[in-house]
Amino acid sequence: MGADAVFQVKGLKKSFGQNEVLGGISLDLFAGEVTVLMGANGAGKSTLVKIVSGVYERGAGTMRLAGQAFDPQTPAEAIRAGVVTVHQNINDGVVADLDVATNLTLDRLSGRGASLLFKPANVQAEARAVADRMGLAIDLKARVSDLSLADRQMVAIARAMAHRPKVLILDEPTSSLSSAEADRLFSLIDRLRGQGVAVLYISHRMSDIRRLADRIVSMRDGVVSGTFDRKPLDYEGAVNAMLGRKIHLDRVVARSSARAVFTAEGLQLAQGSKPISMTLGAGEVVAITGLVGVGKTALAETLFGVRRPLAGTMQMDGKPYAPGSAREAIVAGVFLVAKDRAASGIVGGFNIERNISLPFLKRMSGFGVMKKRAERAAARRQIDELGIVCRSEKDELSALSGGNQQKVMVARWMSQASRLFILDEPFQGVDISARRDIAAKLRASADGRATLIFVTEIDEALETADRILVMSEQTIVGEHRNDNIDLDRLLAQVAGGPLTSAA
Amino acid sequence: MSSSLVDKAAAREHSMTLRDYAIRYGFIVLLIGLIAYFAVAAEGFASPQSAVFIFQSVAITGVLALGVTATLVVGGFDLSIGSVATSAMMAASYAMVVLEQNAIVAVIACLVIGVIVGLINGWLIVYMRVPDLLATLGMMFLLLGLQRIPTEGRSIATGMTMPDGSVANGKFSEAFLALGRHRIDFFIPNLIPVSVVVLVVLALLIWFFLEYTRFGRMMYAVGSNERAAELAGAPVKAYKIWAYVISGVFASIGGILLAARLGRGDIASGNNLLLDAVAAALIGYAVLGAAKPNAFGTAVGAVFVGVLLQGLTMMNAPYYTQDFVKGAVLVVALVFTFALSGRGKR
Repeated sequence: MGADAVFQVKGLKKSFGQNEVLGGISLDLFAGEVTVLMGANGAGKSTLVKIVSGVYERGAGTMRLAGQAFDPQTPAEAIRAGVVTVHQNINDGVVADLDVATNLTLDRLSGRGASLLFKPANVQAEARAVADRMGLAIDLKARVSDLSLADRQMVAIARAMAHRPKVLILDEPTSSLSSAEADRLFSLIDRLRGQGVAVLYISHRMSDIRRLADRIVSMRDGVVSGTFDRKPLDYEGAVNAMLGRKIHLDRVVARSSARAVFTAEGLQLAQGSKPISMTLGAGEVVAITGLVGVGKTALAETLFGVRRPLAGTMQMDGKPYAPGSAREAIVAGVFLVAKDRAASGIVGGFNIERNISLPFLKRMSGFGVMKKRAERAAARRQIDELGIVCRSEKDELSALSGGNQQKVMVARWMSQASRLFILDEPFQGVDISARRDIAAKLRASADGRATLIFVTEIDEALETADRILVMSEQTIVGEHRNDNIDLDRLLAQVAGGPLTSAA
Repeated sequence: MSSSLVDKAAAREHSMTLRDYAIRYGFIVLLIGLIAYFAVAAEGFASPQSAVFIFQSVAITGVLALGVTATLVVGGFDLSIGSVATSAMMAASYAMVVLEQNAIVAVIACLVIGVIVGLINGWLIVYMRVPDLLATLGMMFLLLGLQRIPTEGRSIATGMTMPDGSVANGKFSEAFLALGRHRIDFFIPNLIPVSVVVLVVLALLIWFFLEYTRFGRMMYAVGSNERAAELAGAPVKAYKIWAYVISGVFASIGGILLAARLGRGDIASGNNLLLDAVAAALIGYAVLGAAKPNAFGTAVGAVFVGVLLQGLTMMNAPYYTQDFVKGAVLVVALVFTFALSGRGKR
């Protein structure tokens, strides 16, 4: 079978400095098949895509396209050789201010052999040909900025297909599409499959994967952790290979809580999704797990007042709770360590001390003037408590490792007492020892408040939580006490399938 | 980038490298060197009179520069400060000469203009989502035109003929003129102009505000990472609007000082205010290796620009070479800030 592969990757390695991101990936793509690539954040999917599409140079390994060595130095070379990538950010694939026809033929406007003058009639004719081949029913004269996201996506793919590639890579193409829009994309992909294109489809959405996949390749920590090509496909096995337990770490002694701190009733996050009801008790740590894009961050932001629910009510300590902003949430004692610390946590110009005190300036000042001594004392206490490795509280955050930066973010929100402490992906980009420190600290300090963590990796939930809730399709689909947990059932819920095991 | 910061932190503990010294003290040394050079090369530079001139020119650009520093702190920019200053100057003149009001009314009118322009700038940027440079550029043009409408483009001075043929008989009040012309004894009689006192007071105020209050702290956070500031509970929009109000008010104070110095509403004055003030604020990034907008650096930057212009004038350099030198110094200062300190990239 390997001989038929139109595109072969063997032993691909890549490191950034000390950090090995790809540890020898081998992957085959076949003409007329959709291969789905699954992997959690940081598994190395995007690095792989960037090497294949000529953005990064590879560290080691070989790539072959239709039997020939494939070694693109630039994205343009990869495209010319017949490997085309449509990136996750749709707007990277189209020029919003130009019309559809120009977008479809954009790549012919530059490069060798392009004519000096721009001939609108030729452009229209060429664009028409491309659109017909794709079955694209979009007004060619419309400006791309006036199109819906789905239509832009179609244009981006059609533009990519204008090169008649042998291999098409789609990186999370449905992440911002509605399900009706996604259906149109799927029929386009079916059409391409029929034309004999080898498609590499990267996604977390189980519904997409069930609809499209001919084969599934799971990645974990820079290596292929499972390949599934026997029909019927083993979806749960694929999820397990992507998320499943690696090593058995510290077991948690699950606690239960009698006293409710937070309750939500009928909380609806998205149009058409099932409402969420849940209760979080004092002293317990609850983890919500689920694949990327199932609404974990949306739920976190709803609890923190940054996003409004479509329906439903919340209560804190028995009193109605409907925060209109982060500020109101903080006043009510609800704190959030947001996902992606670089974008939404760290203030780059500030040192550790100032990053920690940021939300509580009012409590650390008198008549508006900062009490620097109180601020420093709080920072030193937190550095001690969480074991942040630094020279002093005056260190810049850019001088710290990822794990220590994350500890500062957690320290920020633990420097004052909270009623409901929410952490969204607190272990992302964090080394194992920092992860253990943070988890231990969360559990040790959990008394008196409710703690809610959102994690994609099931391991992280098992290591930290007393109770694990599973999210899928913007709602909660399962609940487990972290005590002799039925992992198969949990994985089935994560994969979003029927509860009977398919294997 | 991180390695250079590690170097820097390590150097703080042990010994600083030459490069660290260059980043930290480069501009102060340059300023001292500049003064020494002019003192030797330009006859009469090292005299009280020349110091007064420098102080006077520094006062107005300095006040404007402190205002624009506030907008730089929240990650914005204000190009309208020069025209706010000249509008305030025209308004003060109009109030006293045409409407025959007293100094207090004139000052209040100017400050109100500053507040209103700041609010409009902030509203355009925060709620209308117009990029800061474009919004304040538009405001600049608008004000340049607006300030000429009441007098149909004429300068305002006592005895001028109004568009309707009447003669304006009001005059600048003595108290108002004192703001720009009176000098206070300081070791040498008549050394320090009142406008410099205004500058020093405002500089101390804004320095204290930015460094020691929670509002200033949050403004820096907004400028560095808006989303993080918002998730930490800061009313980001309000902080941004306040920054533009501060900028507008400071610019209008600059306009008051300008009117008091000139004693008339001169439509041709104030052309260089914007560029000089922006240069001072951006040079301020490089002072003491701060690599961020800061009040002390801005004040030093204003003195730097003032010394440079006065020195060049006294060496009889033509006006066009002054602009060139000013531009060159600004470019060097920006290189200091962004390349050498390695903090330009986030």
